[in-house]
Amino acid sequence: MELMVYLVPLFPLLGFLLNGIFRKSLSKSMIGIIGCGSVLASFIVSCILFIDIKSGGALQVQPLFQFINLPSVKVDFAFQADQLSSLFLLIITGVGFLIHVYSTSYMHEENENHFARYFSYLNLFVFSMLLLVLGANYVIMFMGWEGVGLCSYLLIGYWYKNDNYNYAANKAFIMNRIGDAAFLLGVFWVFSKLGTSNYADVFANTSKFSTAEITGITILFLIGATGKSAQIPLYTWLPDAMAGPTPVSALIHAATMVTAGIYMVARSNALYSLSPVSENLVAIIGIATALLAATIAIKQNDIKKVLAYSTVSQLGYMFLGLGVGAYTGAVFHVMTHAFFKALLFLGAGSVIHALNQQDMRYMGGLKKYMPVTHITFLAACLAISGIPPFSGFFSKDEILAAAYSANPVYWALGVLGAGLTAFYMFRLYATTFLGEFRGTEEQKHHLHESPIAITLPLLILAILSVIGGFINVPAVLGGSSEMHHFLSPVLLKEKSVELNHSTEFILMGVSAGVSVIAILIALFRYSKKPELGEPQGLGKVLANKWYIDELYDAVVVSPLSALGSFFKNVIEKSGVDGLVNGVGTFIQYSSRRLRLVQNGKVGTYILLMVFSIVVLWLAFWNQTTITEFFQKIF
Amino acid sequence: MPIQYYIILAAAIFCIGVTGVLVRRNAIIIFMSIELMLNAVNLLLVAFSKMHYAVASAATKNMEVNTGTDAQLFVFFIMVVAAAEVSVGLAIIVMMYRNVRSIDVNFLNRLKN
Repeated sequence: MELMVYLVPLFPLLGFLLNGIFRKSLSKSMIGIIGCGSVLASFIVSCILFIDIKSGGALQVQPLFQFINLPSVKVDFAFQADQLSSLFLLIITGVGFLIHVYSTSYMHEENENHFARYFSYLNLFVFSMLLLVLGANYVIMFMGWEGVGLCSYLLIGYWYKNDNYNYAANKAFIMNRIGDAAFLLGVFWVFSKLGTSNYADVFANTSKFSTAEITGITILFLIGATGKSAQIPLYTWLPDAMAGPTPVSALIHAATMVTAGIYMVARSNALYSLSPVSENLVAIIGIATALLAATIAIKQNDIKKVLAYSTVSQLGYMFLGLGVGAYTGAVFHVMTHAFFKALLFLGAGSVIHALNQQDMRYMGGLKKYMPVTHITFLAACLAISGIPPFSGFFSKDEILAAAYSANPVYWALGVLGAGLTAFYMFRLYATTFLGEFRGTEEQKHHLHESPIAITLPLLILAILSVIGGFINVPAVLGGSSEMHHFLSPVLLKEKSVELNHSTEFILMGVSAGVSVIAILIALFRYSKKPELGEPQGLGKVLANKWYIDELYDAVVVSPLSALGSFFKNVIEKSGVDGLVNGVGTFIQYSSRRLRLVQNGKVGTYILLMVFSIVVLWLAFWNQTTITEFFQKIF
Repeated sequence: MPIQYYIILAAAIFCIGVTGVLVRRNAIIIFMSIELMLNAVNLLLVAFSKMHYAVASAATKNMEVNTGTDAQLFVFFIMVVAAAEVSVGLAIIVMMYRNVRSIDVNFLNRLKN
C-alpha cells in the first residue's frame, strides 16, 4: 500500500519505454495492448488509492529518494496522494484510458512504427501528467509540467511531414515555455524565501511572506497557468493544437495538459487566498477568456476549432471559479469537462474518421448514418450547455453561484458566456448532424458508424457526462455536496457560498433558461439552412479570431524575427563572421606579403640577419625592462 | 696602451666588414669583408687575453699564470676555420663564375627555379 502510489506513474512510463524501444518489432495489436494496458493498470491502482483515501486513509507524502541534495536546497522526489491528486488521477487515467482505446481504432491506418511512436508519446503524456499531479513539491510538479509541454509538442507535430503542423507544434511549445518561465521564477522565489518547495511546508509558512511577495509569486504562477491552461494572453496555441490527431486533442483538452494550470492554482489555494489582487486577476482573466473564446467559437467552421475554443472558454470558467474561491467548483468542472469534452472530441473524431473532412459546411444529416455518435454527441452538447440534469449543469452552476456571491458582474458575464456556449455547441450539432448531407456522393457512399473501439468509449463517456454531475449535488437540490466534503482537507481556503436557497434557484433558473433559449435559437437557425458562405462584418472578425493571432504576429513575432534577422544578417554576418573571417584573411594576406621577403637575393637575407642580430642584442640589453613590461600585462 | 683603443679599432673593422657584406655584390669582396669581421673578432680576443694576462700576473706575484691563453687558442681555431671556409667559398665562386659568367651574388636568386 505504501509504495502503491508509485505504481500509478510507473505503468505509463513502462508503456512508453516498451513501445518506444520496441516500436520496430511489435505488432499493432501488441502495441495497443501495451499502450492501453499500462494506462488501465494505473487506472485500477488509482481507483484503489481513491477508495482508500475516501475511506479516510489519506496517504501522506511518500519520499522515494533525494532528488537534489545540496546544503542549502533539499528536494525529495516525493509523491503526495491526497484527495485532490487522487481525484485528478482518476480523471487522467480513466479518461486517458478511454482515449487510448479509441486511438487503437482511430490510428489504425498508421504503420506499426508510427503507431508505436504515437502510443509511446501518449503514454509519456499520461506519465508526465501523473507526475505533475502526484508531486509533493513544486519541483516534481514542474517536471511533469515540462513533460506535458514536451508531449503536447510531440503529439501536435505527430504528422511531422506537414510543415503547418510543425509550426502549430512549435507555437504550442513556445507559448508554453513563456508560461513555464514565469512558473519557474515563482518556484525560485518560493525557494529563495523558504528554502523548500514542499507543499506542506510552503502552505504552513505563508506567514513568512509579505502580501506583496505572495501577490508576486501567485501572479507568476498565474502566468504559468495561463500558458498551460490556454488563458488570455497565452491561449492561441490551443486552437492551433488541433493539428494533432483527434484523440490527442481529446487527451490535451480533457484529461491532461490544460487542466494542469487549474490543478496548480487549486493546489496553491493557500497562497492565492492571501492575495486579493491575484484572485481578482485570476477571475478577470478567466471570465475574459471565457467570453472571448466563446465569441470566436460562434463563427468557426472547422469542427475541431469550435471544440478547441469551447475548451478555452470552459477553462475560463474554471479560472473564474478559482478566482472567486470556488476551488471545488473549478475542480468539479475539470472533472465534468473532462467527460464531455473528451466525448465531444472523440465524437468529432468519429465523424472525421467517417468523412475525412473537418469542415462542418460539408457535413450535415449525419444523425441518420451515425446513430451512436449522434446520440453521445448530443448528450455532450447538452452537458456542456449546462442543461439540467446533465453534468455540466452542476459544475457550471456551482461556479456561477460562487461568482454571484463574489461579484454579480462576474455572474452576469458568466451567464452570457454560458448562453454563447449553448449557442455555438448547438450550431455545431445542428450543422453536423441535422439537415441534409452536403458532402460528395462518394463520401455518402462510405458513411458508416465507427467500429466498437470508437463507439464504446463514446458510450462510456456519454454515461459519465450524463450522470457525472450527481456526485456533487448542491444542498439546494437536495444533495449533500459530497465533493466539497471530500476535497475540504486539501482545499482549505475554499470560500463558502452564502446564498439563500431562493436566490440560488433563481440563478440556476436564469442560467439554464438562457442556455435553453440559446439552444433553441441555434437549432432554429442552423438545422434547416446552415451558414455556408463566408461571414461578413463582425462575423468576419470573429471567424478570424478577433485577429489576435495577427496582433501577436505584428506586436511580438515580427519585431522579434526582425531583431533576429538583424542579429543574423548584420551582427553575425558582418560582426562575428567578419571578425573570424578577418583573422583568416589577415593571416593569408600578410603571409602573401611576407612571402615576398624570400626573394632569393643574398643581400636581403644578410640585411635581415644583421637587423635581427641588432634587435636581439637590444633585447638582451633591455631584458629587465621587457620582463617587467610583460609581467605588468599578464 | 688602453684596451679601449683595441675595442674601437676592432669595432670599426667589424662595422666595415658588415657594411661591405651588406652593400657589395661582388662575391669576392663579400668574402674579404667576412674576413675583416673575423679578424676584428680575432683582434679583440687577442687584446682581451693580453689584458687579462696582465691583470692576473700583476695580482699574483712570482707565480706562473695561464690566464688568457684560452682566447688565443680560439683565435687559432678561427683562423683555421676561416682558411677552410675560404677554400670552400672560393671553390663555390669559381664554379659560380663558370656557370653564370659572373660573380655578382644577385645573379644567384634563381635557385627556386
